[in-house]
Amino acid sequence: MLRYTLSRLLGAIPTLLILIALAFFMIRVAPGGPFDTERALPPEIEANLRAAYHLDEPLYQQFARYLGGLMRGDFGPSFQYKDFTVTELIGTGFPVSLRLGGSAILLALLIGVTVGTIAALRQNTRTDYTVMAVSMTGISIPNFVMAPLLILLFAVTLGWLPAGGWGGGAWNHMLLPVIALALPQVAYISRLTRGSMIEVLRSNFVRTARAQGLPERTVILRYALKPALLPVMSYLGPATAAVITGSVVIEQIFGVPGLGRYFVQGALNRDYTLVMGVVVFYGVLIILFNLVVDLFYAWLDPKVKY
Amino acid sequence: MIAPLRVLRCLALVAVAVTLMAACGSADGPGGRAAVPIGGESGSELAERQVLRRGNGAEPQSLDPHKSEGVPESNLQRDLYEGLTSSGADGEIVPGVAESWEISEDGLLYTFRLRDNARWSNGDPVTAADFEYSLRRSVDPATLSNYGIILHPILNAADVIAGALPPEELGVRAVDTLTLEITLGAPTPYFLGVLAHSAAFPVHRATVETYGDRWARPGRLVSNGAFQLEDWVVQSHIHLLRNPHYWDADTVRLDEVWYYPIENQSTELQRYRANELDMTYDLPFRQLRWIRDNLPDELVISDYLGVYYYGLNVTREPFQDNPALRQALYLAINRERLTSQVTGAGEIPAYGYVPAVRGYVQQTPEWATWTQAEREAEARQLYAEAGYSVEEPLRLQILYNTHENHRTIAVAISSMWNEVLGIQTELVNEEWKVYLETRRSKQTTQVFRAGWIGDYNDAFSFAELMHSTSAMNDSGWDHAPYDALLARAAAERDPAQRADYLQAAERELLREMPLIPVYFYVTKRVVKPWVGGYRPHIQDYIYSRDLYILKH
Repeated sequence: MLRYTLSRLLGAIPTLLILIALAFFMIRVAPGGPFDTERALPPEIEANLRAAYHLDEPLYQQFARYLGGLMRGDFGPSFQYKDFTVTELIGTGFPVSLRLGGSAILLALLIGVTVGTIAALRQNTRTDYTVMAVSMTGISIPNFVMAPLLILLFAVTLGWLPAGGWGGGAWNHMLLPVIALALPQVAYISRLTRGSMIEVLRSNFVRTARAQGLPERTVILRYALKPALLPVMSYLGPATAAVITGSVVIEQIFGVPGLGRYFVQGALNRDYTLVMGVVVFYGVLIILFNLVVDLFYAWLDPKVKY
Repeated sequence: MIAPLRVLRCLALVAVAVTLMAACGSADGPGGRAAVPIGGESGSELAERQVLRRGNGAEPQSLDPHKSEGVPESNLQRDLYEGLTSSGADGEIVPGVAESWEISEDGLLYTFRLRDNARWSNGDPVTAADFEYSLRRSVDPATLSNYGIILHPILNAADVIAGALPPEELGVRAVDTLTLEITLGAPTPYFLGVLAHSAAFPVHRATVETYGDRWARPGRLVSNGAFQLEDWVVQSHIHLLRNPHYWDADTVRLDEVWYYPIENQSTELQRYRANELDMTYDLPFRQLRWIRDNLPDELVISDYLGVYYYGLNVTREPFQDNPALRQALYLAINRERLTSQVTGAGEIPAYGYVPAVRGYVQQTPEWATWTQAEREAEARQLYAEAGYSVEEPLRLQILYNTHENHRTIAVAISSMWNEVLGIQTELVNEEWKVYLETRRSKQTTQVFRAGWIGDYNDAFSFAELMHSTSAMNDSGWDHAPYDALLARAAAERDPAQRADYLQAAERELLREMPLIPVYFYVTKRVVKPWVGGYRPHIQDYIYSRDLYILKH
């Protein structure tokens, strides 16, 4: 297991290098630069700025400089947010994104698995149809529609919850963004669980368990649930990454000071270092999540051994 | 199989109900506390808690006044810092840290007398040496400022910015603790206005020298304005507290100001409606009608120092050496219809280029007095003179930066050009930075959407754009008489005579038509009825020190 983990981590290094190189050169190929603004800069000022940020050096030299910085854990200064370094921005933004995304995934998992299991047990009944119809709607309504609707109802009309802001992570500020972020995932997870649960319930070992006269509760929770969760598990790696990275829209709508906004704003502002920092950070994160999921697999499925 | 359908129907009903509830949601939001009349019985009673919450657009780039250039940054910095001069409610120049000044006969030497009671937020006195240091820092290439260029009227500023002279050569000198001399390179009538700009704000030398690039942060930042920095959570809020050392602190009524960076205007409006903001930064274009119907008393629309125009690339076909065609395009736009039906916030149709700046008579071609039908007839004739017809129509590309508002306007204008002249247009949109580069290269552009907001309240802030050597002249217009008039205006000491030159220059511009003015901008926002002291300002300088919260 340890060997496997280590080899996976080592194997991730070339992947990361390719990712860094691609992002590094692609953002520089994009037209326009960090210092293009509506009030065009006189050439000597622009030259001065470019020199200060080493943008006047040949690209390979800049790349080497960047990699050197990364080795020391230095993401460089942000071009746009001049009072902060990229490391500081990620350091303040990530805990917020993690908390938001993590809560959303936990909520989605809890509701999704429960609802999916119930639907599977009541297959082809009214409950099943209701649950699946609701989850279909959940998948179809994009969160940039769901979020404003939630705000309108709970913040503007009813006045129960704040319409935006983070409030340092207070539960009432978190509630709406977490729900908006979790809903599509609930839908997806419940459908996945239902499908695989139906399959597992038809398998031989479940029939054996039932034939031995075990109570239905034990059959489901002890024997059926674990294998039924396999597809959910493999979905969870990418989903967690997607929820933490993909909360851009939600963060924007609710004014949450997370990391997702830097992705978009960094790219729009041609804030090279900020974009790079976020890309590298997420790259590492996604690789780690996938590894964790694979390790979990071994625990869930006795057929998988490392 | 009926069940899922029924569920869906239920869901649809819920969705409709939510929308309806939202639509009829009362205008005063959840906390509609109508019991207390605003401002108490007298109408002017102050609330116990003097806290103002402002929506502020994008996250500020920096709180260092010499390193930022955007509107959100300026809003904050006007609360945090105070320059030698300040801008009054009608856009007039009022004393700031300088209580008085003298200008020499030749208009080159400005002598400022500083207040003896001006203090930094840590209690240190604000001295002439602080301004000497700060103005030098603002133009010093090592500061990496990109707006120091606005100080170019000061003697040697351009050379210092370019790195040809050391910052000590800048024409600024602290004569004694409270006397500051600024020498200009040429007379500049709008110079006092430049000093109210953030690039001319003072910074606290000891703080900057102690913390270097990282001084503009909570716990470190020392400022000399009506407020001081208490807290800054990036992408969440900036919290200011009253500066007890401010020389005019007795007249400041607010104890706290919270700035919220909210880029999405619909989000901002919702937070305003949920009573989380007292005033917004902007309003969503598309919800103006709803706001007019539901929040009519809170909607504030006022003139703004900016012009929205369509630039024409005169270095290439079809506009090169073809003023008739350029004029035809100008005439075929129905500006009244555009501003009333398309933009709809009360924008002013622009027949000329320079907005209503101080000490200037706005110029318009004679066509402005004609009816639209007459203008269109003239447009057809000019179009024919330029060699185009229904059979052989002109094909044009309109370039704009990707944004719904710009697209809507481009669609409207292209359909007007098509209706009146039969022009076939293609709309091209590019993301902001790409668009800037395309515009600047002048290689492929024909018609491009543009806008300009004045940096200071003077016609020159607009006129300089179209000078043949200006880096912002993306039309590529090179017209010697225009340049000559600007040069004469720059050297002129008499304000009336100078305005004459600038007005003549604008007439020249409108005859040659290297750009087509469309409308003058307005500021649009909603302000809660309990915010007192709010007065619209042409440059939208809303100083928090003028505002207060009424009892509500």
